[in-house]
Amino acid sequence: MNVLVYLVPLAVALGALWLACFLWSLRAGQYEDMEGAAWRILSDEDVTK
Amino acid sequence: MSGLEPGLEALDLTHFIRRDDDGALTMDFAIEGSDCAACIDDIEGAVGDLAGVASARLNVASRRLSVRWRDGEARAQAVVERLAARGYRAHAFEMRRLESDDQERMRFLLRCLAVAAFAMMNVMLLSVAVWSGAVSDIDRETRDFFHWVSAILVLPAAAYAGQPFFRNALAGLRARRLNMDAPISLGVVLALGMSLYETWTHAAHAYFDSAAMLLVFLLAGRVLDQAMRLKMRAAAANIAALKGDYAQRLDDGGEIVVVPVAALRSGERVLVRPGERVPADGLVISGASDLDESVVTGETQRRSVETGAQAWAGSLNGAGALTLRVTAAGESSLIDEARRLMDRALEARSRYRLLADRAASVYSPFVHLTAACTLGLWLLLGADAHFALITAISVLIITCPCALALAVPAVQVVASGALFRAGLYLNAPDALERLSEIDHVVFDKTGTLTLPMKRVANACEIAPDLLAVAGRLARSSRHPLAGAVAACAPVQEPFPDAREETGAGVRAQAGAAEARLGSAAFCGVEDDRATQDADVSALYLRHGARWARLEIRHALRADAAATVAQLRARGLGVSILSGDREAAVAPVAARLGVEDWRGGVTPQDKILAVQALARQGRRVLMVGDGLNDAPALAGAHAALSPIDAVEMARAGADAVFLGDGLQPVVTALDVARKARMLMRQNLWASVLYNVIAAPLAVAGLVTPLIAAAAMSGSSILVVVNALRARAPQKAAPATGARSSARMRGKFARSPA
Repeated sequence: MNVLVYLVPLAVALGALWLACFLWSLRAGQYEDMEGAAWRILSDEDVTK
Repeated sequence: MSGLEPGLEALDLTHFIRRDDDGALTMDFAIEGSDCAACIDDIEGAVGDLAGVASARLNVASRRLSVRWRDGEARAQAVVERLAARGYRAHAFEMRRLESDDQERMRFLLRCLAVAAFAMMNVMLLSVAVWSGAVSDIDRETRDFFHWVSAILVLPAAAYAGQPFFRNALAGLRARRLNMDAPISLGVVLALGMSLYETWTHAAHAYFDSAAMLLVFLLAGRVLDQAMRLKMRAAAANIAALKGDYAQRLDDGGEIVVVPVAALRSGERVLVRPGERVPADGLVISGASDLDESVVTGETQRRSVETGAQAWAGSLNGAGALTLRVTAAGESSLIDEARRLMDRALEARSRYRLLADRAASVYSPFVHLTAACTLGLWLLLGADAHFALITAISVLIITCPCALALAVPAVQVVASGALFRAGLYLNAPDALERLSEIDHVVFDKTGTLTLPMKRVANACEIAPDLLAVAGRLARSSRHPLAGAVAACAPVQEPFPDAREETGAGVRAQAGAAEARLGSAAFCGVEDDRATQDADVSALYLRHGARWARLEIRHALRADAAATVAQLRARGLGVSILSGDREAAVAPVAARLGVEDWRGGVTPQDKILAVQALARQGRRVLMVGDGLNDAPALAGAHAALSPIDAVEMARAGADAVFLGDGLQPVVTALDVARKARMLMRQNLWASVLYNVIAAPLAVAGLVTPLIAAAAMSGSSILVVVNALRARAPQKAAPATGARSSARMRGKFARSPA
């Protein structure tokens, strides 16, 4: 069972990584315009450049 | 006709421009007409190309455009003009303090939810291993290790994510009241404390997962609640911005600058042209005219004003131009009186106790008492202190009002979403509950039962070609009644040579003959019906040898009679309280079949009348729009306002509704009643859950596994039940109305 000693913290670390990503995206304002994000994906302005 | 089109004169929007921390200038606009994918590129591209603009970002969800300027100078007018050229209307927008506070709170709740969810997901992983290990062969060391990891995860997470509940519970305790957050906080803290002790002593059960799960469920409910509230506030703020009028400010040099009304300061001078609305409260310093103050007092007869007279915001100016000096709050007796009455009434309303709070005040002592009894009982039965204490705490955990705390907010979220789609924006979170108790509806007349703008009442009796000529003439006039005439005729170009003669009318060459629109004398008409009805203003049209009389009045809203009938059908009492003359109220009351009506009522009398009804045991819903209604709106058990209402009336109302109809009043009551029924069901479901779960806990049979299953199961049950508030039941008249509309369509198409 010694494998748990590093596997469990690894699992927790992955969870913490998700949490950090979420908090970052929240601070970056990604949840402020959910409708706009859905439309913006159709915009091809950046493709032609 | 009420507002000015920006862009005619110099437009000054500096009031709305704010300086960010890094020195860049930013301004927000509310955008009308942005509802397609192409609009995003179109708007952002058009504004982004303007000189000096660093960035332009459109928020599609809230219909707002945020523009940042690169250098020291912000040219807001250029943005408005560029967007107008593309077919979008941009309105200066100022974020209210309340809304930005709400957004900040939303972000905080989301952070709390994320932290709690992170802790719960990881701890569940470990707990499932421990639970399955209990029936197989987990060894003590591994179990302890899992418990310790859980403790390290949950303790800090709960300390952070539990803040919204801990704060509320403390605030409640300070006010010497037990709210729903008190048992939640106590349950979480005791569960964590006991689990830590059990982990320390290598015991088999720890409740870290229960505490984390509890927080996740409750926070999810609060996030949804907050999201709905935010959406409504944003929509209401946009409407306020879109409706925001522009005023013509006279600068010291006598130059006219167009500014949004929100930017007016006391002491400034504004020009009000004939036919425009008075933008702010003020004293007349030059000019003479007559004002239509129906929005302010409900009175439809005009009042003549001259130098030194008081003019109130929202009044419609008559035939003369006025210059006003803007007065601040505290300088106008009418408004101060209304505000004083309103504050007092609102204070009384804030003492209303919510269903959830009432439930909590019964529930919390009961739970705490049960836990204490369990402890005492087991000690009496000779169990050891450790077992007795643990059993008592597990009672607290399993009866922790997870479902109870979700039962009411979940319904509120779904029901207010249904109202939102029906064009009703709630201001107050407790409005739904108060609306559900209504048994009497009091309407204001002017602007509520009738449309806020005047209409030509006899349009269908006039020959269509004459009406078209009248409409074209009216477009060249600034007379207050001209707007009504222009609105009733098909949209056509004004006559190129139309000339307005102030105080008389408009004339122009129409085809072979001259056409005139105005007073009887101006049109050369002799009409003996001229002064029959005090409620009607008459305009005349002459075209060559033909003439017509246009009767202009405040028309009833199309569905006013149907709404009153539907309210009656639901067993509600209906009455009318109007500030207008009795002679003007009587015909309206007669047409709607309302026997209980009063005219010539002052704002003070209105609130007294509403309070008198309340003393008879009635729960009164007040529907009104004017400044004179504001105190009564605040004093009633619940209140609604149409969106055209003056700001003070909207502030006193629990919800504002959109559109030309009164149907939202019925919808609001229906949704609120259904929501209340579901809230009660949910509360009873929670009680039932406790009746089953609590005895198990008292008997000492509850393991963390049972606690987790029971708590999540009951929470999901109440949330699913709450979803039923989404669709208001379609009443039978709806299908009837649809089929009769189809019939009308058939007749209209037939050649006859």
